[in-house]
Amino acid sequence: METTINETENQFFSNKKKGIDIKGKFVVGITQVAVLLIIAILFIILGIIVYEGREKFSWEFISSFPTDGMTKGGIFPALIGTFILVVVMSIAAVPFGTITAIYLTEYAKENSKIAAAVRFSIRTLAVVPSIIFGLFGLGFFIQFMGTGMDKAFNGGELHWGQPNILWASLTMSLLTLPVIIVSVEEALKTIPRELREASLALGATKWQTIKNVVFPGSVSGIMTGTILAVSRGAGEVAPILFTGAAYYLATLPKSLSDQFMNLGYHIYIMSTQSSDVEKTMPIQFATTLVLLILTLSLNLVAVIIRSRIRRRAK
Amino acid sequence: MNSQFPINQNFTKESLKKQFRLSEFLAEKIISSVAFLSITIIVLIFVFVFKESLPIFNFGKSDAAKTEITTDSKPESYGSTPTEELKPETYGAEPAAKGELKPETYGSEPVTQEDLKPETYGDVKAEPTVESTSNETPEAVSENKEGADKTWSTFFTTEWVPVSEHPRFGLIALLVGTLKVTIIAMLIAGPLAILAALYTSCFASKRTKEIIKPIIEMLAAFPSVVIGFFALMVLATFFQDIFGYDSRLNAFIGGVAMALAAIPIIYTISEDALSAVPKTYTEASLALGASKWQTAFFVTLPAATPGIFAALLLGIGRVFGETMIALMATGNAALLSANPFESVRTFAATIGAEMAETVFGETHYSVLFFIGSLLFIFSFALNAVAEFYVKGKLIKKFQGK
Repeated sequence: METTINETENQFFSNKKKGIDIKGKFVVGITQVAVLLIIAILFIILGIIVYEGREKFSWEFISSFPTDGMTKGGIFPALIGTFILVVVMSIAAVPFGTITAIYLTEYAKENSKIAAAVRFSIRTLAVVPSIIFGLFGLGFFIQFMGTGMDKAFNGGELHWGQPNILWASLTMSLLTLPVIIVSVEEALKTIPRELREASLALGATKWQTIKNVVFPGSVSGIMTGTILAVSRGAGEVAPILFTGAAYYLATLPKSLSDQFMNLGYHIYIMSTQSSDVEKTMPIQFATTLVLLILTLSLNLVAVIIRSRIRRRAK
Repeated sequence: MNSQFPINQNFTKESLKKQFRLSEFLAEKIISSVAFLSITIIVLIFVFVFKESLPIFNFGKSDAAKTEITTDSKPESYGSTPTEELKPETYGAEPAAKGELKPETYGSEPVTQEDLKPETYGDVKAEPTVESTSNETPEAVSENKEGADKTWSTFFTTEWVPVSEHPRFGLIALLVGTLKVTIIAMLIAGPLAILAALYTSCFASKRTKEIIKPIIEMLAAFPSVVIGFFALMVLATFFQDIFGYDSRLNAFIGGVAMALAAIPIIYTISEDALSAVPKTYTEASLALGASKWQTAFFVTLPAATPGIFAALLLGIGRVFGETMIALMATGNAALLSANPFESVRTFAATIGAEMAETVFGETHYSVLFFIGSLLFIFSFALNAVAEFYVKGKLIKKFQGK
């Protein structure tokens, strides 16, 4: 890529001033260095984590429980905890995200203030620091909803008013809502206007058009959104710090009101609060490798589906 | 897709008339009400995060309420919420049962602590209220007032000692720490990301662009805990070997790691802004004899300034509120110094590290929520500026108004 640019620059300047050529080369070179540096950093991170983690990384590591005070053994419960978290999160976030996207593309009028407000709050949701969601989860879900539910159903006995999977998943679903909305909206926009008009012209009502024409076209967008949301939810730790993640559990969670272990939280705990950080280093790197493989491969799938949607639009 | 159309065989006059369909009406109403959920969530976040931090403000109010209390009406004067009355006192038996239920949970520390005092803040203050009802002692009130003054006055000091006999909540050191990390991160991420965006949108061939963009955006898929872990394990040692400073984890390491988190955001938004500059601008510049790089730096870049400004704002927002990287890589010591190689403690990290250890309803807990509402207001404001101010400018610029 370097040569092509320099060639054109050379051709352009060879019969003009020579001095600018060097300056131009230098300036373009700097921008190139910036790109290469970023890409290099990315691959260095990947490389080091793969290199350090490969030793411990095995099927046994993934499928076994941690033993000996988490200095040996695997990460099975953390993996399962993360899995349950993202499943419950998706169940909560996907319908709401899809419906909001359908509203924004199909119902909201061009210059409507309400739609603008909805869009603004979605973007705000996307930039609010994740720790704030954690605080919100604690203040709203656990203290307000949880204790409220306990009062209503359990006669004040503490059951829901404490950190658990359900509250953690719901907290996480708020965080990933914008991801889903943006993906679905993007997919809906690629559905040609003619298709909708044809449906309406054939006598279908607006709702029928949405149900039978628009919605089927948004399925790929929903998929992309869900995958991206899962990838995001699997990696975030701050929102679940005090809404449900547990340091160590001897058993897998049995119900939604149990606490759970989580891959990201596991990495955090192991690397900062473990009794022997040096000794468990291979485990930490291997756990990070598992998390990274999970999030990056999910992202890759989403990128592929998304590029297919874009190609369809062309 | 056509096969999915419902086939309506018998078109009568009635069926062709636009009729009222209850289910469709309901479905559409549901859709539009669900769409408002995101607005509701924003409002709820503000209300609930702020609500939990209210006690530190209520303490201040008790000053004015003092006179009322000594005369008659007590419960209202504290501004304590109805939760106080609603709360049954059945919690007393809880802690023991809870302890048996979850003995395996190593992390249940915060839970059991919370269980001991599961009442909302209303209850904590409810006790002195009840006392003053029976004894009519103004001492209880003045005690509270003293606590309030202490909490408030310590906000502007530099010492963050939340757990002690005389807790001090000096936010200055935390603020300086947060700013230090943010500045370092932005000094690294800003130029790198913008230059990379410039290369991608102005110099790179179409094929190169299609390779570079997804790779850099892949950096956004790295969970912050992974970046934090990398900084903690690899970067910290690496940079300590180079610079040879004392504290292994410091503001500089945190800043570098957060730059990694901010780069994809700044890159993506600036790249969009640069690509959105009308083609006529660059074509006019090239036609006037300017070279490619001159066009990029003197035409495209200035035209996209508002968008790049927005990108930087959102980058700042990300770094400012980043929790996991700050927790893992900055050393978490609330020191007040200008040295970038000293440990710092950021706002977000403080919440993340200490929330689990606080007792529900005490001042420390409320102060952490107060910091949370500060963070929320800050990121909300940043987003609002990026959204309205910058967009208005962009539209003005490109439409030549």
